[in-house]
This record gives sequence, structure tokens and C-alpha cells, in this order.
Amino acid sequence: MSWVWFHKLASPPHAYRIAGRLLPWFAWPAGILLAVGLVGGLALAPADYLQGDAFRIVYVHAPGAWLSMSVYGTMAVAAAIGLIWRIKLAHAVAAAAAPIGASFTVLALATGAIWGKPTWGTWWVWDARLTSELILLFLYAGVMALRGSIDDRDRADRASAVLAIVGVVNLPIIHYSVYWWNTLHQPSTLTRIAKPSMAGDMLWPLLVMLLAFTLFFGAVLLVRLRAEILQRERNAGWLRTELTR
Amino acid sequence: MSEFLRMGGYAAFVWSSFGLAAAVLLWNVVSARRLHAAARARALRRDAAGQGTP
Repeated sequence: MSWVWFHKLASPPHAYRIAGRLLPWFAWPAGILLAVGLVGGLALAPADYLQGDAFRIVYVHAPGAWLSMSVYGTMAVAAAIGLIWRIKLAHAVAAAAAPIGASFTVLALATGAIWGKPTWGTWWVWDARLTSELILLFLYAGVMALRGSIDDRDRADRASAVLAIVGVVNLPIIHYSVYWWNTLHQPSTLTRIAKPSMAGDMLWPLLVMLLAFTLFFGAVLLVRLRAEILQRERNAGWLRTELTR
Repeated sequence: MSEFLRMGGYAAFVWSSFGLAAAVLLWNVVSARRLHAAARARALRRDAAGQGTP
């Protein structure tokens, strides 16, 4: 019985419609929280006693880095579901997520370099954290290139899914790199167990920005997923009723 | 105001970072919407051409 419900939910017309209905619930909160987080991070938070105002880069760097990894995780989980249970919608989610994750990996690397110059005195070092994050960008590029190079949709889905899943080993390496190796990059500001190593008036804008970026990812993913569903549909009568009303 | 824009001497670093973030967010919105609009137009054309033959 639950499988009937599940297959109905995963069917293209349903997924397309539900994605459209969910969109405003992600897009509006994301926009509002972005505005709040920007004011908080740029104007309300006090300057750091060591780094001065340069520390404010954290408010775009950390959310970008967070998304670079969590989007990869989302993509790999979706790819695994598509591979194991042969659910095409899951492959569509994986395909939709890749370019978004790649863009935030670029943001994390670029803002990291800009932050590195005034605080470390260099744009780039081959430190474990930076190197593994660069490998993450190559993994995204590889997954997208592999998908683009295979004409047959099902084979492209499967091949890119395998690569995405294999690349997951890089995620713990990125996360623990600052603990495993004695690196230039500082450890996480936020950890699950310990108290955050940041004062409250600096911390709240960061939490707001992390939530805003996450919701933003949700919104963009839904739009890209809708595009993927339309591209993958063939001979479907529902398209006409759905698209012309 | 100019004190705010100066960012304690780190203006170039802070504003270029936030500008880059804005560019990435904007690219995501524009590219996703373009992709959806194009896929929608193609689907409608396909439908008009012959009841769904690709």
C-alpha cells in the first residue's frame, strides 16, 4: 500500500506539481533570511579583535563551504537511491544538484582565497583542507562531464551515479582535514558537541546565513528538478494539461 | 557610511567576497529559471508537433 503511494509521489506529474507548490516555501524564507543575515553580518556583528572586519567574509565563506559539501551529499544519496531502486526521479534530483553544488564550491574556494590573503598572507597554500575542497570541485566537474558525454539517458544516469557515490570518500576527508593534519586552515567554528567558538552577536548572523543558503539551495533545486522532469518526459499527456493551464 | 564601506581597511577583501557570493546566488536563480523555461517551451513544442513524439 505504501509503495503505491510512493510510486504516485515519484511519478513525473506529481513530482513536477509538488515541486512547484513547494517552491515559494523555500524561496521566500531564503530571501528574507539572506537580507537579515547580511545586515547582521555586515553591520550588527562587531569587528573581530584579531582579524578586524576581514572576518566578515565568514558570513559568505562558511555557508558556501557548507553547501559545497551538503549538496554533494544530497547528490550522492539521490544517485544511490536511483541506482539501487531504479527510481528515475532520484537520478533527476542528482542531475539537478550537481551544477548548484559546483557553483558553491567555487564560491567557497574563491572567498577562502580572498580571506587568506589578509589573514595568512597568501591566496593559496596546498593545505589539506584547501586541496580536498579543490578535489571536490573536480568531482563535481567529473560527474557533470560524464553525464554530458553519454547520450543515452539511463546509461548517463548510472555512470554519473557511480562516480558521485565513489566521490563521497572525499567528504570526511574535507571535514576532518583540519584535525588530521596540522594545517593553516582553522578548525570548524560550529561543532555538534562543543560550544561554538564564536560570541553570540557574531554567531547568530552566521546561523541565519547557513539556514538562508540551505533554503536557497532547496528553491533552486526544485526549479532545476522541474526542468529535468520536463526534459525526461516523453509522450506524456499530462504535460499539456499541466503546462497550458 | 563611508566608515562602513571602508570595512576597517579590508574593503577590497570584504566587498569582493560578498560581491562574489551575490554573483553565485544570482547565477543560480537565472540559470535555473532559464533551464525550466527552455524545457517548458520544448515540451510544449513537442506536444504541438505530434502528440508527444520527440
